[in-house]
Amino acid sequence: MHEVIIIGSGPAGYTAGIYAGRAGLNPLLIASSVEAGGELMKTTEVENYPGFPAGLQGPELMDAFRAQAERFGSEVLLDDVIEVDLAGPVKIVKTGGGKTYEAKTVILATGAAYRELGLPREKELSGYGISWCATCDGFFFREKTIAVIGGGDSAMEEATFLTRFATKVYLIHRRDTFKASKIMQERALNNPKIEVIWNTEISELLGEGRLTGIKTTNLVDGSTSTLDLDGLFIAIGNDPRVWLVENQLTLTAEKFIQVDGRSSKTSLPGVFAAGDVIDPTYRQAITAAGSGCVAALDAEHYLSNLK
Amino acid sequence: MAAKNVTTATFQEDVLSSSKPVLVDFWAEWCGPCRMVSPILDEIAGEHGDKITIVKVNVDEEPALAQQYGITSIPAMQVFQDGEVVKSIIGAKPKPALLADLSAFIN
Repeated sequence: MHEVIIIGSGPAGYTAGIYAGRAGLNPLLIASSVEAGGELMKTTEVENYPGFPAGLQGPELMDAFRAQAERFGSEVLLDDVIEVDLAGPVKIVKTGGGKTYEAKTVILATGAAYRELGLPREKELSGYGISWCATCDGFFFREKTIAVIGGGDSAMEEATFLTRFATKVYLIHRRDTFKASKIMQERALNNPKIEVIWNTEISELLGEGRLTGIKTTNLVDGSTSTLDLDGLFIAIGNDPRVWLVENQLTLTAEKFIQVDGRSSKTSLPGVFAAGDVIDPTYRQAITAAGSGCVAALDAEHYLSNLK
Repeated sequence: MAAKNVTTATFQEDVLSSSKPVLVDFWAEWCGPCRMVSPILDEIAGEHGDKITIVKVNVDEEPALAQQYGITSIPAMQVFQDGEVVKSIIGAKPKPALLADLSAFIN
């Protein structure tokens, strides 16, 4: 039986791995088979992670996180957790690879997944003009006209990044101000290839077999328009990944895992949560890392009280 | 076993004229999810190589092939049978999900 199993491999998961490893707990860190490293694997330049004044690439940062977790004895497993049973003193974790693991404590650092628009045919057109990853797919939109929908940092980053390829990038947002940080907003707003369409929502996806455009609705006056597009990048936010535990742990009204105050303690003893899956507000690499540290310290404390 | 790299020059012979179904993995160095899915495809090739051939197209080196097959998102995996695309899989997926997507070809 493991002392601690960490589920997730973003900044929260790996930091929990570093701290639990240094506490001599030999954590098993289940990283996912295809999304190890989490959200930052899909970003380019990370400029706000302290300690790296020149910035560095998201995947580079996550490789360093992983190496540091492994250095102190975290075992990183590239598999996907498909089922957990967290209620008893022995926590059970099952993976898509067909393995079952047991642990005295579990740290949930499952992060958040891209939010969908919720429009008909969104799935069908994904990969055929609709994209969720600018760094992966920007390349295919050289000399094309595309749109990014969203108003946060990821939308700004994607729009700015995509101007390397596209001739024109529309940035569509449902409000009249962006939520993104000042520096990211300014970069987007000052880019001559980016045109912002404020107060607007997408009402329909157009195209057979591949996206050819969208219908939009202006939320102020209700008017509708059609926009011809080669591609649409969706960056309207993330939802916490709680499906594994939603029937076992108390969630907040917004469907994040509920934790006790500034701790990582969930509604079940021996189960801790960290990172974006508990955080409706800050959602930064550095806050997730701090939260992963908290979870490892809480797990260590819980384990020492068991003895 | 590592998948063979195919190019415009070899596409006809390696993919379109193959008597076995061929899965073409469109990928690029700078695509993180592609790097994750690549070893999974190698495993599948190792286990089901008698039924399906798995090859790779580097979209950086072969943009014309990517364009010809309408790729706008990678990883994209297209299964060719008798020269036609009979199945498209978009995005990195865990092995059990890929095996389920490919069940018609490997069972």
